[in-house]
Amino acid sequence: MVDISYYILLSAVLFTIGAAGVLVRRNPLIIFMSVELMLNAANLAFVAFASMHNSLDGQIFVFFVMTVAAAEVAVGLALIVQIFKSRHSINVDEMNSLKG
Amino acid sequence: MSQYINPIDLATILPAIVLVVWACVLLLVDLFIPRERKGLTAVLAAFGLALSLGLTLAQSGGTSSGFKGMVTLDGFSAFLNALLLVSGLFGVALAYGYVRRMGLERGEYYILLLFSVVGMMLMVQASDLIVVFIALELLSIPLYVLAALNARQIESEEAGLKYFLLGSFSTGFLVYGIALIFGATGSTSYSGIVTAASAGTSGLLLTIGAALLLVGFGFKVAAVPFHMWTPDVYQGAPTSVTAFMSSGAKIAGFAALLRVFALAFPTLTADLTPILAALAALTMIVGNLVAVSQTNIKRLLAYSSIAHAGYILMAFVPYGNPQVMPVSVAAGLFYLVAYAVSNFGAWGVVIALEKQGGKGLELGDYAGLFWKNRPLALAMTVFMLSLIGFPPTIGMVGKFYLFRAVIDGGFVWLAIVGVVTSLISAYYYLRVVVNMFMREGEPQTGSEFWLNFTWGLTALATVVVSFVPQPLFAWASSAVLRLF
Repeated sequence: MVDISYYILLSAVLFTIGAAGVLVRRNPLIIFMSVELMLNAANLAFVAFASMHNSLDGQIFVFFVMTVAAAEVAVGLALIVQIFKSRHSINVDEMNSLKG
Repeated sequence: MSQYINPIDLATILPAIVLVVWACVLLLVDLFIPRERKGLTAVLAAFGLALSLGLTLAQSGGTSSGFKGMVTLDGFSAFLNALLLVSGLFGVALAYGYVRRMGLERGEYYILLLFSVVGMMLMVQASDLIVVFIALELLSIPLYVLAALNARQIESEEAGLKYFLLGSFSTGFLVYGIALIFGATGSTSYSGIVTAASAGTSGLLLTIGAALLLVGFGFKVAAVPFHMWTPDVYQGAPTSVTAFMSSGAKIAGFAALLRVFALAFPTLTADLTPILAALAALTMIVGNLVAVSQTNIKRLLAYSSIAHAGYILMAFVPYGNPQVMPVSVAAGLFYLVAYAVSNFGAWGVVIALEKQGGKGLELGDYAGLFWKNRPLALAMTVFMLSLIGFPPTIGMVGKFYLFRAVIDGGFVWLAIVGVVTSLISAYYYLRVVVNMFMREGEPQTGSEFWLNFTWGLTALATVVVSFVPQPLFAWASSAVLRLF
């Protein structure tokens, strides 16, 4: 039995990698993957805490997070495809038509 | 079946259920409405909102809790749900002519708007962090699509993608915050969190979780320093969508923020009050200062909306002080109404002047409006005065209640920041007015019945309520007293 704090530590590391990825990467697909990493870091924390508290709530929450993440993927990929169709590039640095 | 779902549970969220069923049915009905008659979908959507509004008002006296304490029906939720449904109705009214003029008329528009309203209503009623999360996503995902609806224009697509990426980024913070709170307390319900927190077993983990939660909500209500997406998204999205999301998403975000902080984190007052005060001050200062240099009306109103997030946030700063809390939250609710009304009106005027392809949105396009279309210019003047907080408008009354509550709470410096930034804001709001009255120009204005109705009604409300604010404030106060 691995101590619970290792899981929490791992989830914190994953969350930080995800947050850093969102801030430094320039491809919306990779940014989006980093967001998913953040959500899954939270999922890991939920499962670990659920086993610590002997409570099922945390594990149920993971299902909600996964379902919502799937819904987000559907919308996000549609947006990215739409943008790729109209300008043949999805680099966020080139998205600068809005300024002020 | 009946042992799992009982009628009381369903009655607690009946208006939201009716609206979501209505939206699903409308999704089917919309298939059979021919392309050139999509106005019918708008009428049906408005009917669904009105039905739900009627149910909300009919339920407004009751207090109940459903689904094992996951959702609450109380005076607070009735007040804000009514406000959200009226916002939805205004959103439909503004969109009705606008989407046809801009060539974006599609049935999905209204259906997505209905789903988003359902998310907002659930967020107001949530008393468990799981429900907050689901409701927040139900609110946000339709808004991502709506922001990108004008697919022929690159700005709209960009707005949609930016909103989506930053919105889901903030969701990441929110979910991780919830995970830490769950870890600290072993519960996600507000009552469970309070019980565990007052037993004193949680500590640092709970504070970090609450701070992450604040980051997530900060993004949604566009508080500085989480406001970066706001001007771009508000500018790029179709204007009728911007009008709806700048009011609706803010109302829902603040409602959930308030409920979470007042009901789940009363033990963290010492840690959170300085953070909230700093956020409010920073939001007012940055929002108003950056707005001064804007020349595009949509960006100007976007920064104005950021600044107003600061004013509303100010009402929540004394949340830990039980003597001041009811009055200050009532002032916050009143200000939310004042902001929503003036904001919808101002966006209505922007829609009246907007042309195809994003034209007619510069401040110069408002030159000479008074000499061309007097009612419209006078209405815009009323909205600008209300957003400054100048009499005789509802914005002035709202700011008066707000500053008084904050001073009672012992945050005199915050009230001073509020007054000074309001003075700064007069500069850029009055610039719009000066353009309309004192410059020469040939502005072209659109005229559609429901658009004129919206800005006319909101202008009237802005002025009339400022003379008789008592009933509304009394309703807001009684809503807060029945929060628990």
